[in-house]
This record gives sequence, structure tokens and C-alpha cells, in this order.
Amino acid sequence: MSVLLSTDMFTLIDEDAIVPFDPLLRTPEDQAWVKGFYPAFMENSQTGGNIWGIPFQRSTIVLYWNKEMFKEAGLDPNRAPATWKEMQEYAQKLTRRDASGKVTQWGVQIPSSGFPYWLFQALTTENGVPLMNAAGTETYYDKPEVIEALQYWVDLARKYKVHPEGVVDWGTTPKDFFERKMAMMWTTTGNLTNVKNNAKFDFGVAMLPANKRRGSPTGGGNFYLFKQSKPEQQAAAFKFVKWITAPQRAAQWGIDTGYVAVRPDAWETPAMKKYVAEFAPAAVARDQLQFAVAELSTHDNQRVTKALNDGLQAALTGTKTADQAMKDAQREAERLLRSYKK
Amino acid sequence: MPRVSRSLNPGYETQEMPRASMTRSTQWLHAWLLLLPAMALLALFTHYPAVATLWHSFFSTPKGARPAVFVGLDNYRQLTEDPVFWQALTNNLWFALGTIPASIAIALLMAVWVNGNVAGRGFLRLAYFTPTVLPMIAVANIWLFFYTPEYGLLEKALGGLGFQTHNWLGSKSTALACLMVVTVWKEAGFFMIFYLAALQSMSPHLADAAAIEGASRWHFFRRVTFPLLMPTTLFVLVNAVINAFRLVDHVVVMTRGGPDNATSLLLYYIYEIGFRFWDSAYAAALTMVLLAILGLAALAQFWFLDRKVHYQ
Repeated sequence: MSVLLSTDMFTLIDEDAIVPFDPLLRTPEDQAWVKGFYPAFMENSQTGGNIWGIPFQRSTIVLYWNKEMFKEAGLDPNRAPATWKEMQEYAQKLTRRDASGKVTQWGVQIPSSGFPYWLFQALTTENGVPLMNAAGTETYYDKPEVIEALQYWVDLARKYKVHPEGVVDWGTTPKDFFERKMAMMWTTTGNLTNVKNNAKFDFGVAMLPANKRRGSPTGGGNFYLFKQSKPEQQAAAFKFVKWITAPQRAAQWGIDTGYVAVRPDAWETPAMKKYVAEFAPAAVARDQLQFAVAELSTHDNQRVTKALNDGLQAALTGTKTADQAMKDAQREAERLLRSYKK
Repeated sequence: MPRVSRSLNPGYETQEMPRASMTRSTQWLHAWLLLLPAMALLALFTHYPAVATLWHSFFSTPKGARPAVFVGLDNYRQLTEDPVFWQALTNNLWFALGTIPASIAIALLMAVWVNGNVAGRGFLRLAYFTPTVLPMIAVANIWLFFYTPEYGLLEKALGGLGFQTHNWLGSKSTALACLMVVTVWKEAGFFMIFYLAALQSMSPHLADAAAIEGASRWHFFRRVTFPLLMPTTLFVLVNAVINAFRLVDHVVVMTRGGPDNATSLLLYYIYEIGFRFWDSAYAAALTMVLLAILGLAALAQFWFLDRKVHYQ
């Protein structure tokens, strides 16, 4: 048993490495238990009528904003941008340059190092288009709405100049936020406790802005059961999984990290209710779940995702146009998925 | 044990060692037994994996229930058609070109400088050697913050001089160069140690003789010191070439091969293929390419440079 990315489900099945949880869900209590997880998280956990993963540390992307900077720019500090247009306009007001024209404060920052596909999927979901099919055998990187979403991201940096150019590092983005290098950042709700502890200013957390609709991919890891384990080990692992996802523990995990507690009943526990009452941002990622979609996941997932990552980085660094980058990525993905389309 | 002729070694005593009772075959047995541990390790961790990799590169990747099938040169064909492989290879060659001469030159200069009677030279030597001692993963994380746009150390320094902000690790044009700087910084101290040792074993009479003859310091360095350091240079060069292909920790930490494969190095690409995509057959084919490159480099160095090296 292990916690692995929810997106690697197909790859693990192809490698014949995992077994589904269904044979272990014998009693009615167990069957009710497994239905008690948020459906958005179960989307990356089920295929072919079987349950392959149990959600554990799951997240969505949220927008963090610096309320002080909003006030300085003449914006309402308690209102985050709700649409793409608003985000771009707010960012223009929030971007500051010094006398020599050098930017001292960016309006918005969306990281693109390592796994830009995840943040990009938020943009495409908000533009009303999926990136793959549920069976994990097709990708839609070159759909017009996808290219449009990429163009919006590229334009933020190149046309409106409110976003840093080139590839923005994921790991240093929270620190950039603390250092007041930018006013708004897109990052995982898993960073919430980190931001809470380290931001020396008033900040807000909001759902990501909508274009055609609101949206975010889910993220994070599920529990998987390995095939090469004895029945007693599998039973013990199952017992552990049930224990650790119990409402009070899921709540504690969410409070300590910022990951979204994976079951609705975890949010009803006294500890979680108290936490949310004191710290409203904790509930934002959960509220966004109604708009959340399954994270990009296909067969041969890492490679198919890399094709998209490379294309995104090429577009963001200006090496390729958004159109060309996505068409190349789609071609590569189709080549990789050819043998799975049976 | 054969007797060494007296004329070659005047100080050698000609009495036989008390092993006259050993037969030749027992001697052979002893010799092989003494070699066995080292040979076993070498075979197990070097020769066997190399041969096994070559073998696996002619098969497809086994997936789950599907076993590997013989595909001949298919993996190598895939290699030639893979643009990311060519990018990684080109990157690696540029990387080698950028790090090898620079680190050796800096190491030599540092060694010559701290060899002399400089105040605080013990501390200087420590300072130069510290980068080598620190684990690459840890320092790469620190360098990540050095290179951060806006408030990173580099940006602050350049900003003070009036330069515009630049996304060092996030631009295709500068990312690889930034990694080269980190590598040179890390390696130069290590090579300096070898040069320092060699310099200190040089006879001081040579410097005295040069001073008497009125040779300038540069002349002395070029015609006496540097040629005498050739064995060390050869050793350091071999190490530098290996390191240029071996050190990929900073790629993992700082750029993950990005942006868009601009900092993908061959070994990093092999790691990605083998352990992220689990395409072991293709990784085997790539590994053979890496082995071939390193083998050729080693051959070239030992054949070409050996002629120029004077051994004492």
C-alpha cells in the first residue's frame, strides 16, 4: 500500500501493479463508507467500474491575494477577481514599476516549472473544455478553447505585462508572495498553512476566476493497494486506510496542511468547524469542489503529460506560438496513446 | 619472486624472501584470491550491468503481464528520431565545453595562488574546498534562491548595478549557463586539491634555479610548472569529463530539465525515461549511447594526452 499520484492510476493498472478495493468492500458499512468521499476526488480514483484508489491528500488550486496591495492599488481588499477579465484588469492596477521601468511588483503569478499542465488545466476548465476523456485514451490539447486558454496565460506576460516572463518556478512562488513580489498567486491549497504561518500581511484565498465557468483540477495522492501483497497484508492495509481517512483524522490532516479533507463528514467535526470559523480560507478549496474536474490522467501518464508540459513551457518562453505548441503536444500525445486505443 | 637485477636497483638486497617453499600454482591461486573481491565488485557493478544493458536495449520494455520481445535496433531507431534526445545530447556537449576548461583553469589558478605564502591561506583553502564538501542537492536548493528573479542574490547585485530583472532559470537562453556556473563552483575546489598536492611535491630547487636565471613568473609557470603538472591535469581532465556527464542533481532540483528541455542533460533524460516513464528498454539504449561517449572520451584522453605527459 502506498500514497501515489491520483493521475498515475492508468499507468499503475497497465503495469499490473495494483488491485482494486472492490473485493475488500464486503460489508454494507464499507460500501457506504466508500461512497462518503467527495465525488470530485473519486473521479481520478475509479475506472472500468472498479475503485482503484482511496483519496488521501487531495487539493485544488486556489488564488491567494495580498489584501494590503489591493488596498494600495485602490481595489476592494476583500474582493478577489471573479473573471479572467477582472483578474487581468486588477493585475494591471497591481503591477508596479520603478523609475527605470523595472517591475518591482507583479500583478499575478502562475507557476510553470515542473508540472505546468496542472495550473493550465485550471485555465482550460474555466474555458469550458476537458483535456482528456474519462477512459484515459484521448487528449484534446489542440482544441481551440485550449489554445485560447494558453494564449490568455501567454498574454498576461507578453501583452499585458502583469505576469513574469519565462517559466516561473513552483517552489519559490510562495516565498515570492511573502516577499511581496506579486499581489496574486495561483497555487495549491496544500500551501495554505505555509502561507498562513509566513505571510506577514493580510491575505485572502479565493476560488479561481471564471471565464465560461469556474473550475480547477483536483490534485494530490490516493492510497493504492499493491498486487504483490498477501491477503492478510491487503486486509491490514485496508484497515489502515479506513483509519486514516476517518473524519477526525482527515480533518486534522486538512488543518495541519491545507489539503482538503476528503470526506464531507470530516468538515462536520468540531475541530474542523472551529478551524473554519476562525480561518475562513480553509473552506475555499472545499467550496470549489463543486466546480472541480478530474486531473489530467491517461495511459502512459507521465509521458503524455510531459508532451503538454514541454509545449506549455515553449509557449511561455516564446519559443513557439500557443497554436504551434499545442498542436505539437497533441501530435506527440496521440503517438503515445495509439497503442492504448483498443 | 624474481630477483631484480643489481644494476637497476643498487640498494636492493639480494637475499630471497622466505617463500622458497611455494609452488607456482599456489602463487597463482593466491594472486587470484587476492584479486577476487575487487574483481567480483567490478564484475557485479560495472561489467555485468553494462552487458545486461546492451542486451536489454535490443528488447522492448516489459509491461505488467506483457513480457519483453526482441525488437533489434528499434530502440536505437527511436533514439535517432527523438528530438528531446538530440536536445539533451547537444545540451550535454555545451555543458561539457562550458564546465571542463573553466573548472580546470580556476582550480589551477587557485592552487597556484594558495600554494604561495599568502596570509590566511589555510582559511582560503578551506573556503575553496567547501563547495565540494556540501551535498549538491542542498546547495542546488540554495542556488535556486540565488537565481530567483527580483529578490534573489544575483538579481539584487545586478539590480544595484542598474541591470533589468531577468528570469535566469526560466529562460531557455540562460538556464543552462546558470547550471554551468553551479557546476564549476562545485568542482573547482575539488580539482584544486589535486593541483595543490602536485605543486607541493615539486622540488623548490626548480623555482630557485628559475629565479637565478631571471625567468619571469609567467615564463616559469608556462615552461616548468604546467608541464610538470600534466599528470595531474590528465587526471583532473578525466574527472571533469566524467562529471560533465554524471552530475545531474542540480538539474533535478533547479529546473527539472526545463524550460522545454533546455537544461535536459543525457543522464537526466535517461533517469526520466527509466524511472519516471518506466520505459526501461529505451533507457537502456540511451545508456549505451552515454557509455559509448564516455568510453570514447576516455580512450581519446589516455591515448592523446599520454604522449604529452611526463611521468617522474
